[in-house]
Amino acid sequence: MSCEFKISQEFVKKVDETITHYPVSKRSASLPLLHLWQEEFGYVSNQGVEWIASKLDLQPINVFELVTFYPMFRDKPAGKIQFRVCRTLSCALAGGYELFDHLKKNCQIEGDGHHGPAVSPDGKYSIEFVECLASCGSGPVLMINDDFHENVSNDKANELVKKYG
Amino acid sequence: MAIAETRLIFKHIDSPGYTIDIDCYIKNGGYTTLRKAITMKTAEIISEVKTSGLRGRGGAGFPTGVKWGFIDPTKNTKPVYLICNADESEPGTFKDRQIIHKDPHQLIEGMIISCFANNVKLAYLYIRGEFPEGAKILERACEEARQKNLLGKNILDTGYDLEIYIHRGAGAYICGEETGLIESLEGKRAYPRIKPPYFPAVLGLYMCPTIVNNVETLCNVIHIVKMGGANFAKLGKPNNTGTRLLCVSGDVVKPGYYEFEVGALTLGQLIYDVCGGIKNGKKLKAIIPGGSSAKVLKAGERYKIKQKQADGTMADVEIALEDIPMDFDTMAAVGSMAGSGGVIVMDETRSMPDCLANISEFYAHESCGQCTPCREGSLWMKKITTRIRDGKATVEDVGVLKNVADNIAGRTICAFGEACSWPVQSFVTKFKEEFETVAGNGAKK
Ligand SMILES: Cc1cc2nc3c(=O)[nH]c(=O)nc-3n(C[C@H](O)[C@H](O)[C@H](O)COP(=O)(O)O)c2cc1C
Ligand code: SF4
Ligand code: FES
Repeated sequence: MSCEFKISQEFVKKVDETITHYPVSKRSASLPLLHLWQEEFGYVSNQGVEWIASKLDLQPINVFELVTFYPMFRDKPAGKIQFRVCRTLSCALAGGYELFDHLKKNCQIEGDGHHGPAVSPDGKYSIEFVECLASCGSGPVLMINDDFHENVSNDKANELVKKYG
Repeated sequence: MAIAETRLIFKHIDSPGYTIDIDCYIKNGGYTTLRKAITMKTAEIISEVKTSGLRGRGGAGFPTGVKWGFIDPTKNTKPVYLICNADESEPGTFKDRQIIHKDPHQLIEGMIISCFANNVKLAYLYIRGEFPEGAKILERACEEARQKNLLGKNILDTGYDLEIYIHRGAGAYICGEETGLIESLEGKRAYPRIKPPYFPAVLGLYMCPTIVNNVETLCNVIHIVKMGGANFAKLGKPNNTGTRLLCVSGDVVKPGYYEFEVGALTLGQLIYDVCGGIKNGKKLKAIIPGGSSAKVLKAGERYKIKQKQADGTMADVEIALEDIPMDFDTMAAVGSMAGSGGVIVMDETRSMPDCLANISEFYAHESCGQCTPCREGSLWMKKITTRIRDGKATVEDVGVLKNVADNIAGRTICAFGEACSWPVQSFVTKFKEEFETVAGNGAKK
């Protein structure tokens, strides 16, 4: 299933600049490079693991073990529109679980979504429960792609779904 | 409202017209303290921080001046690194988020001064991965500071060079633990290191002496240098100086973030006066006072503590939950901790097994997995608590749960072991009857 991504010069430039932030050890650039790769291509494929490893003079396993450890990295595509709903106590008290179920139903997403995205059949949406997003006083909160939203009632969620298309 | 806030760090947060760009910060007096600091001797700044009595705001409350003092500049030959811990991921805590997103230059100035004081040439700001916007804001702030020669080479023509880079985490709570953070910054899994020997001040980043401080702690450094350590120490109480950012969430009328002198108000005043009391006219049931790792306090509890009297002598007194002053020492004396300043309030309708199941799922997910008691224990605590919540357990399971928790703390590499077992121990002990009743409920049906 792994397709070959085309790596642009611009991407390489960004990567090379990032590596300069770590004059003592290139290996420190692993996480930033994984972020850059995932932002560019949507998920970290085998190609990504190998490309980053060779860029940093590491073994692929040194990079792959990060993908499996850090929850934000994924080795499969998520939806075009990604919901990350906070699951932790303060948000749960404010209705985080209800919000999660509501969004799931609204976007016709099957699957569990507890830590690891569940994707809608058309690949448009994905949803995932995540842990405390550090905005517990304005729960329930969620992130849609990189944007943060607070006090999300079901009505507000409906509006947001419309807004993001 | 009875008690007024003392806004030192939150002075400009949410004030109308205040923006995140450097011009606004400078217009409001920003970077003048850095200009003062660079005329001081580095030892002098460290001594001011010691005098101030500042204790770390990341959770453990360790004295910052003492931490800085571990690195002896006359003996050390290695480079010294400073890392700002902006991983803010202790459930219930949302204070660093405000600073990062609304007053980023305050943090950058605090970092530059702290780096200067400790002769640091390279520093990293480790920000949690779920703050993508915050990372951009901070990157821009650093760039603006570089352009004004406040950061980079030859800062303000002093010959002092410093680089600060923003480094994003990727969603793992354990990156907040300082040695896990260091491993993560070295490009590895965030497996905490064992202390000794890996105290950051001795063998930190790249095996060099490293200072790790929380966002709020580093911001405090500006105010200490500005007003002098002795004046700072007049705020709050002895051994509990300065102000504290408090985050209140859960079942209160006005949840939010506030700043008070340490110990200036009681838990009762915070919840009833500042936050408008319990929502929907309900009654209080329980409070987690310092982030989800802190032991829970139960409504109606009374505590015996030693308290300083007006004449200076110490006396044994008994206080109610509402009367606990919000400071480090009293929170510890009543058997919990001030921790990260995150106060989570639960009303009378809340099921304690349900709340604990939620917290236990957090810890089961976040254990890094290195130590068997923590990895297995956190998972079993989640499974048993969930079973109790669903009424599919037995009364004996409540004891089993407590027993699992009792065998984690003190047997692990890092303090996550304590962090995951304290909630379980305290909930199960204090609400034993409720747990036992709920445990078998489902089976009866
Ligand atoms: C499991 C665990 C999680 C932690 N998470 C954080 C965190 O998110 N932010 C933070 O500043 N400190 C956190 N800490 C505390 C750090 O290890 C460290 O003590 C702190 O950053 C030191 O800074 P301070 O002295 O300024 O408080 C955590 C500790 C543990 C054991
Ligand atoms: S106590 Fe838990 S989180 Fe800490 S090192 Fe051990 S397994 Fe990892
Ligand atoms: S509990 Fe949801 S943001 Fe903290």
